Amino acid sequence: MHMADALLSPAVGGTFWAGTIATIGYASKKLKEHLDDRKIPLMGVLGAFIFASQMINFTIPGTGSSGHLGGGMILSILLGPHAAFLVLASVLTVQALFFADGGLLALGCNIWNLGIYPCYLAWPLIYKPLAGDGRNPKRVFYASMASAIVGLQMGAFSVVLETLLSGKTALPFTTFLLMMQPIHLAIGIVEGFVTAGVIHYVRAARPEILDSSASSAPLAVGISLRNVLIGFLALAIVTGGAFSWFRSARPDGLEWSIGRITGMKELPGQEDGVLAALKSVQEKTAVLPAYGFKPPENVPKGKKQESPAWPNVDAGTSVSGLIGGILVLAVAFGIGWIIRAFRRRTAP
Amino acid sequence: MSFEAAYTGIDRLDRLSYGNTVVHRLDPRAKVVATMAFAVVVVSFPRYEVLSLLPCFLFPVLIAALADIPAGFIARKVAAVSPFAVFVGMFNPLFDPATVTIAPGVTVSAGWFSFASILVKFALTISAALLLIATTSFPGICRGLRRLGVPSLFVSQLLFLYRYLFVLTEEAMRVARARDMRSFGKRGTGVRVFVRIVGTLFLRTVERAERIYGAMLARGFRGEVPSMRREALRPSDAAFVLAAGSFFALCRYVPVPQTIGRLLRGLAG
Repeated sequence: MHMADALLSPAVGGTFWAGTIATIGYASKKLKEHLDDRKIPLMGVLGAFIFASQMINFTIPGTGSSGHLGGGMILSILLGPHAAFLVLASVLTVQALFFADGGLLALGCNIWNLGIYPCYLAWPLIYKPLAGDGRNPKRVFYASMASAIVGLQMGAFSVVLETLLSGKTALPFTTFLLMMQPIHLAIGIVEGFVTAGVIHYVRAARPEILDSSASSAPLAVGISLRNVLIGFLALAIVTGGAFSWFRSARPDGLEWSIGRITGMKELPGQEDGVLAALKSVQEKTAVLPAYGFKPPENVPKGKKQESPAWPNVDAGTSVSGLIGGILVLAVAFGIGWIIRAFRRRTAP
Repeated sequence: MSFEAAYTGIDRLDRLSYGNTVVHRLDPRAKVVATMAFAVVVVSFPRYEVLSLLPCFLFPVLIAALADIPAGFIARKVAAVSPFAVFVGMFNPLFDPATVTIAPGVTVSAGWFSFASILVKFALTISAALLLIATTSFPGICRGLRRLGVPSLFVSQLLFLYRYLFVLTEEAMRVARARDMRSFGKRGTGVRVFVRIVGTLFLRTVERAERIYGAMLARGFRGEVPSMRREALRPSDAAFVLAAGSFFALCRYVPVPQTIGRLLRGLAG
């Protein structure tokens, strides 16, 4: 469920990057306050461990398809939320670079979706209260299951929200939601099962690791209610910010899906702002306003007026666009080919 | 992606990143900033835009050519991670109520344009991100991030992760191969066995971390990974960022293909 650059708008990507960077700063600061040097290599190697175990596939019971580990809850339980968040963020960064999972702009969203929900919401609010001191295997099992499912559901919902706020897809809100949530329910159940199993295994083999890391060690100081509330507030501000940006710059997308859901053509009272914003965007982007293939911002406007989207179709101008496009591509790749050929000849 | 394929992919990117070309020699900060700016510019194009995005291909093509990165390898990696974007995008032609007349008498859903736009943006941003790591060593990127103000604890975390990535991945690969050899067909590849494998790997990891910590203490570790390099930005780095930035601005604000097309038709007619 990695978010991809191509589905994001700069405003949404930027907002989630800001939230992610702030959280990385917060977690680093918190961790430095009571840092035990010994944890630095442990965190690093555990990151590599999560990375490596994600590459081992296993068969999901009953389906025959294969799944892999997310690891957010395992890390939170073993290291506490701050260290777990940093480890997850580093794993996702390396994946974004080496596997190109999503791209660089989407990395902010991915760290947010896969890191913040398990570490800062599911762990303190669900796992901790349910698991208690972690000595009762049954409680640990249910706590892992519940927290893994909730964490993944929130992550999946976040993906839906980010996609729709960005307005690059025409997929209606409910359809997208109905696709994403059930898939991630299944993934969450498997994740919960694996989390509980690994915790159980570690407790049986080396109980002191869990005892030292999850309850007594300073690294895992529990999150206070105040901090959780601050986190929620930040969440609200960030999403609110994304919403307002989106309203002013990209009216198609969520509003359109809201219209689908409520049956209204558009939410009342926004016409002026939307049209004005559209016009200014159009003025900014259309350097050559006369070319036949009009700037796409016209489409939502045309849609609302129930008139054809690109009204003045002129075969001539679309042909010239096409010729130009092919030429530009040919030149771009031709330059690459020439440089390559030249280097090969000059190479010893 | 099979384990071996994924692993050799990382390994190959890593080895490419230690090359010595014009692009490799640029400061990591310059490349990180330019790649990030490229992603933002590409993504900022309106949702139905396809043609005006095409000139942007010059950036990844130039980088790949100047840095001697095999284009086929990058293209295959881009295709390998495309499913999610393709999956979300392919509904656009179905759900988009707007229509476009592309030629007199031929009308298609405007969704085809937004779908094509998503695909082009995907190819651009992902290939640029892959080229960043293919032309910049990971420790170099970490140094750059540190200079750009990322917390040192997080940068140490990234460096440690990278240092042990290959060690632990190879260990996991051996375990997975042993499991596959013992599990004829599907038997033995289930969740229960997986949990035990992960548990064992975890314990080995913790023990390894303890040994590493001991070894680092013996070498004077005080909580931060030091770097001996003191790099200043050179004029060539500034020139690269400037040139890339103006190229992106040109692509964003001037519809190059349409302009060229009209110019050509003007010449012909």
